[in-house]
Amino acid sequence: MMISQFFVLSQRGDNIVFRDYRAEVPKGSTETFFRKVKFWKEDGNAEAPPIFNVDGVNYFHVKVVGLYFVATSRVNVSPSLVLELLQRIARVIKDYLGVLNEDSFRKNFVLVYELLDEVIDFGYVQTTSTEVLKSYVFNEPIVIAPARLQPIDPAAIFTQGAKRMPGTAVTKSVVANEPGGRRREEIFVDIIEKISVTFSSSGYILTSEIDGTIQMKSYLSGNPEIRLALNEDLNIGRGGRSVYDYRSSSGSGVILDDCNFHESVRLDSFDSDRTLSLVPPDGEFPVMNYRMTQEFKPPFHVNTLIEEAGRLKAEVIIKIRAEFPSDIIANTITVQMPLPNYTSRASFELEPGAAGQKTDFKETSKMLAWSLKKIVGGAEHTLRAKLTFSQEFHGNITKEAGPVSMTFTIPMYNVSKLQVKYLQIAKKSSSYNPYRWVRYVTQANSYVARI
Amino acid sequence: MSPPAASQRYPSPSQPSGKSEVTDLKSQLRQLAGSRAPGVDDSKRDLFKKVISYMTIGIDVSSVFGEMVMCSATSDIVLKKMCYLYVGNYAKGNPDLSLLTINFLQRDCKDEDPMIRGLALRSLCSLRVPNLVEYLVGPLGSGLKDNNSYVRTIAVTGVLKLYHISASTCIDADFPAMLKSLMLHDSDSQVVANCLSALQEIWSLEASHSEEACREKESLLSKPVIYYFLNRIKEFNEWAQCLILELAVKYVPSDSNDIFDIMNLLEDRLQHANGAVVLATVKVFLQLTLSMTDVHQQVYERIKSPLLTLVSSGSPEQSYAILSHLHLLVVRAPFIFASDYKHFYCQYNEPSYVKKLKLEMLTAVANESNTYEIVTELCEYAANVDIAIARESIRAVGKIALQQYDVNAIVDRLLQFLEMEKDYVTAETLVLVKDLLRKYPQWSHDCISVVGGISSKNVQEPKAKAALIWMLGEYAQDMSDAPYILENLIENWEEEHSAEVRLHLLTAAMKCFFKRPPETQKALGIALAAGIADFHQDVHDRALFYYRVLQYDVHVAERVVSPPKQAVSVFADTQSSEIKDRIFDEFNSLSVIYQKPSYMFTDKEHRGPFEFSDELGNISITPEASSDIVPAQQFEANDKDLLLSTDEKDDHKGISNNNGSAYTAPSYENSSNITSQLQELAISGPATSSTTPQSSFGFDDLFGLGLSTAPAPTSSPPLLKLNPRATLDPGAFQQKWRQLPISLTQECSVNPQGIAALTVPQSLIKHMQSHSIHCIASGGQSPNFKFFFFAQKESEPSNYLTECIINTSSAKAQIKVKADEQSTSQAFTTVFETALSKFGMP
Repeated sequence: MMISQFFVLSQRGDNIVFRDYRAEVPKGSTETFFRKVKFWKEDGNAEAPPIFNVDGVNYFHVKVVGLYFVATSRVNVSPSLVLELLQRIARVIKDYLGVLNEDSFRKNFVLVYELLDEVIDFGYVQTTSTEVLKSYVFNEPIVIAPARLQPIDPAAIFTQGAKRMPGTAVTKSVVANEPGGRRREEIFVDIIEKISVTFSSSGYILTSEIDGTIQMKSYLSGNPEIRLALNEDLNIGRGGRSVYDYRSSSGSGVILDDCNFHESVRLDSFDSDRTLSLVPPDGEFPVMNYRMTQEFKPPFHVNTLIEEAGRLKAEVIIKIRAEFPSDIIANTITVQMPLPNYTSRASFELEPGAAGQKTDFKETSKMLAWSLKKIVGGAEHTLRAKLTFSQEFHGNITKEAGPVSMTFTIPMYNVSKLQVKYLQIAKKSSSYNPYRWVRYVTQANSYVARI
Repeated sequence: MSPPAASQRYPSPSQPSGKSEVTDLKSQLRQLAGSRAPGVDDSKRDLFKKVISYMTIGIDVSSVFGEMVMCSATSDIVLKKMCYLYVGNYAKGNPDLSLLTINFLQRDCKDEDPMIRGLALRSLCSLRVPNLVEYLVGPLGSGLKDNNSYVRTIAVTGVLKLYHISASTCIDADFPAMLKSLMLHDSDSQVVANCLSALQEIWSLEASHSEEACREKESLLSKPVIYYFLNRIKEFNEWAQCLILELAVKYVPSDSNDIFDIMNLLEDRLQHANGAVVLATVKVFLQLTLSMTDVHQQVYERIKSPLLTLVSSGSPEQSYAILSHLHLLVVRAPFIFASDYKHFYCQYNEPSYVKKLKLEMLTAVANESNTYEIVTELCEYAANVDIAIARESIRAVGKIALQQYDVNAIVDRLLQFLEMEKDYVTAETLVLVKDLLRKYPQWSHDCISVVGGISSKNVQEPKAKAALIWMLGEYAQDMSDAPYILENLIENWEEEHSAEVRLHLLTAAMKCFFKRPPETQKALGIALAAGIADFHQDVHDRALFYYRVLQYDVHVAERVVSPPKQAVSVFADTQSSEIKDRIFDEFNSLSVIYQKPSYMFTDKEHRGPFEFSDELGNISITPEASSDIVPAQQFEANDKDLLLSTDEKDDHKGISNNNGSAYTAPSYENSSNITSQLQELAISGPATSSTTPQSSFGFDDLFGLGLSTAPAPTSSPPLLKLNPRATLDPGAFQQKWRQLPISLTQECSVNPQGIAALTVPQSLIKHMQSHSIHCIASGGQSPNFKFFFFAQKESEPSNYLTECIINTSSAKAQIKVKADEQSTSQAFTTVFETALSKFGMP
């Protein structure tokens, strides 16, 4: 597992951080990498895969907030080890800097080098634990003002709509002192669920999956032990058989297909009372990842109609209905639909009184785009679009358009019904009562309705 | 760093182009160097930061080397660190300068703060200056004995760095032995882990010229060392766990209990959130159970779920790495994943490299029960906006059609593609229809009627055009327009840029001519004339050849160009099974991502620790087999044939109920004979001569008794005696089969009595055993039977492995022989054929 170099490039290919550990890769590897990624044209793929080989040098990269985190190696290493490491380096740096972007990197590059020297020595990984690194790292981070926070930051998903917690808290550095002097004792537990649903043209669910993570970020001093209790009716695994064998919703309780845990998690009492205990290390980490194919109620119902309306015309009607309670509000919803490639024009008609909605026809990609700022539970919205074609269509128009895809974020809502029943922190004294934030969010991963 | 950003940060309004700024820095540093004023460290920090930032942009700041070293005489650790960073960057280029730093780094190596001791030692070892190695030995020696684990951790890696600068200095100072002792006794897990990686690297590099290093390298794989690591694996961090798991892969277990012990120890590693740990564990499980068919299959069932979870958690890049491994497993054992096909459906927002993998997985798992749904799904993708994926999807449908027996419905789908009237869809479909017709000529009627409706003007891609032309020629009698379409195409000969298409045109015109001479004669004439005048050599040659053969005899020409065709039963796989096995052996490495064995993409000196597993970890490799890369074409057999039935097998509930949580020995110990549950593939255990080895037809009669068994180096077939009590366990057989090249391939006839007797395949096994040729696995059903045999020389443990495929309808047997001793394989083949020829005789 020897890594030759590690570097971070900006979207424009500028070198932000560069470290050579083994001096075995010729000069110019950053340029080679960037050219290859930018102008990838191999085996019919439009984008470069995360791993490729140029002249005997293997390049690994992950993209985080628009930056390329890259490692090179000359040996036949484990690919998931290197990719996992790159992701972890990004996380450690974010833990220290609070915010991860080009600016924070440039302001703190000495600190970043300090971290990198302790994370990797002569190409071998030493540690990626924010906690362990604390004792080796001495530079103080220069924290970027939260106002400059980019919307891509995952913390942003909690701030919109739900005003229940300070959005900036998650962008705090683990080491920086706060202006007020003492640090606030708090802990964040986020249940993030990404859902994938494919509806057939008749509206029936073809596939559905929930990929969930319980993410934790602790700012507690003194590393107290924490107990996290999940639903008592939680079940894991389906006896090794395929999950699609019995897709009935008859079973009560939450059934996970499978899950895995962070190494700090102890499962001593998990089998008996569904409690995880752990001493959370500093920094952000996933306590548990889970996967579920048990049937659930999709949050949106999508209904699409495309009809010929004359020789060179057609009409599209998209109806979306929010199938969740009215005290829940989904935000940043986008709906997209590819139109027949001979579409030359599209005019839109929103429902009367529609607010916070935008429509667009992207001429080059022939894409219909509809965005909604928010949708209240139970509400229904409709979009009508009149299409004009540049040539007569033949055959089946539904084969030329679609499918409709959606993205959305629904704070304080989770479709799996997996819950954190309580979060217990071992008390140091009777007055010790840190802030506990337990937050839920559901996001669309791939939400597709065929027409 | 980009210049504009940099200029914002510094008061200097100009671009930091170099000289003046550096001179400026130099004088400022000089002023501060001697200063004892309060707050001087803060000013130094600012200056140091500037120097480092210039260095990162690529401005040469080596001229301030002296000042930096002077300034670093401080207790401020932040300053020290920046100075070390600077020194490390410039020392190699300026050996003279680095002499300056040696002094202060050596002093820092004795600092009372362990942080500074460690950092100084790391910097000292990172200077990479050959003529300074003598200064490293002392500090490294004391670093290894330091009472602080941070310093020891750094010292261990320092030893490895020293080895790379000067191997002899490192060996002479006896550092490897010190590392070994630390590895086995240190209380700090990171020290231990670093010792392991350093020793692995040092000993495998030394092993090429030192027997002692060779032994030491092997000692890492001894049972006590392996268990020492495995028993405390949880004390190590996740990265060191990967290192240990990689080591464990190379361990050769002593017996099945050993295997189950290791698997039980590592079972919970499969629940780790780090994909690298999970994959490394999976590799251990797969390798350990290679020779235990049932358990191996159980492992597949067990690892499925964790891998699927890893695919769907984590970043797209991480998913890709895991998915590539899942892809490998799916293609190897499709029937195990047949019911999980929905996991391989593409999501619209996935990158195309992921979709491509998934399409291949869908193709692999398609079987009778899921084909309808898979093909329906693939048809959705065919209308995809992403044209590359649409094409791949159509190809996938075609591949599924070619691997299924019941293609009725699929053919309809393919023909529907043609109705979509998208150029690329039509193009891909035409190519597929052509392949389909080659395999299933019975579909010609349906296909031809649709293909006939396609206007050749809408087909532009050479491959598709060639396919269409091939069909026009092949089915000229069924397509009324064929001669006229061909004529049209031939008239536009000049505009046809693709030589492939022109070649096809020539052949199609010929075929058409034989079927409908009056209508084609003119077109053929034009084609031959144009072809002979063609600038492309192949086209020219083919036209000339056709012309001459026609001149010679039209009937001969017809027999040459348009002989009666046999349907193609199996299309050749693009990748040989030998290559696939190599990739499987290199599981959890880049080989899986690139779908190539490592020798194809790494230079020898960088193959790293993965490769020496080939020399070490496996028991029975001959040195030639591991060091020389045998051309892939020589290999055809596949240990998968032995391992897993290629037919799907739905019924393994008995296995899955176990849930894999504990691997208990007893249930498998009974099956030490590996009596496989697989119905299709009966594996007989290590053959002992329990049945009476009657040598009624023994070769004794043939060769006479008292003759020497030694291979005579003459051209006449040497004589050979086989051991009637030979034994070879299935694992060893697989390994050998994989590693040995084919020494002989032979086809021979089987007499009718033999074919009749094959209704009970067991009878052949018994018959061969009576000739001291033992069966290790057999399978297949009428008309194709496949047997794997082995035999051993009577006098020495030299093995012969044979694959024998008997086709009962053609009464032919194909024999492939692999031998430890290549020189005697001909003799063995003779014995084998003689024995086979007697099969069925009374």
